Amino acid sequence: MVKLSPLSPFAGLLPREVGSLRVTEVDPGPVHWIAPYRSGLEGTAEALGAAGFDWPAPNRWTGGASGRLVSVGPGQAFLVGAVPPEIPGAAVTDVSDGWAVAALEGPTVREVLARLVPVDLSEQAFGADATARTLVGHMSASVTRVGEGFEVMVFRSMAGTFVEEVERAARSVAARG
Amino acid sequence: MRLPCPHCGERDLREFTYKGADLPLPEGPDWGPDWEAYLHLRRNPAGETRDLWYHGPCGSWLSVTRNTATHAVAESRPAREPGS
Repeated sequence: MVKLSPLSPFAGLLPREVGSLRVTEVDPGPVHWIAPYRSGLEGTAEALGAAGFDWPAPNRWTGGASGRLVSVGPGQAFLVGAVPPEIPGAAVTDVSDGWAVAALEGPTVREVLARLVPVDLSEQAFGADATARTLVGHMSASVTRVGEGFEVMVFRSMAGTFVEEVERAARSVAARG
Repeated sequence: MRLPCPHCGERDLREFTYKGADLPLPEGPDWGPDWEAYLHLRRNPAGETRDLWYHGPCGSWLSVTRNTATHAVAESRPAREPGS
């Protein structure tokens, strides 16, 4: 019988260090897309609240080490790192295998991301609980502030392009000295 | 240029895709001047225009009323909601 062993999205690509930027792969655990039906938002927020997750405001995430509930669109959120409870009023889809997650850290992380992401990621504009669905280069992505760094989610098929883009941006930032 | 997404707030133009004029659908299924105008006739105003835009990252379709001469945005709302 064939034995299947899982491959991580950034296998062979990360970790990587360019200048003072560190890029590491994050294993997010289970990722579920929670999309409440038109009349189901209240029940969804209630069911998730009972499990310890507050429904996030737009461009915000809630939760902590035991899982994050990340706003990803109008009336939609990703539950990252925890298995969702039974939610009768929402469509819940397991998208764990569809996303690649990388953590970017280091003193130049904002300078590097500023070259790729058309959103203000400065401390004042992008606080500790901020997240944004936006672009990294030409890729659709979800950028989330975690601690002093950022976690970037891209489609798994884009993992190679993502590493290439980040590396190029980090090199040119590093070259400025 | 920057556009306000009703969900995400003001964002860079790179995140948006232009999806054409936002026009009211003509009444009735029968072909006539109204349908021809709906399909083919477009004004190109130096002034106020109402267009559909797609905000790719969050998946919202927007109806944006803006001024092509001044770039001022008068209104931006989800296209699924009935407009004024």
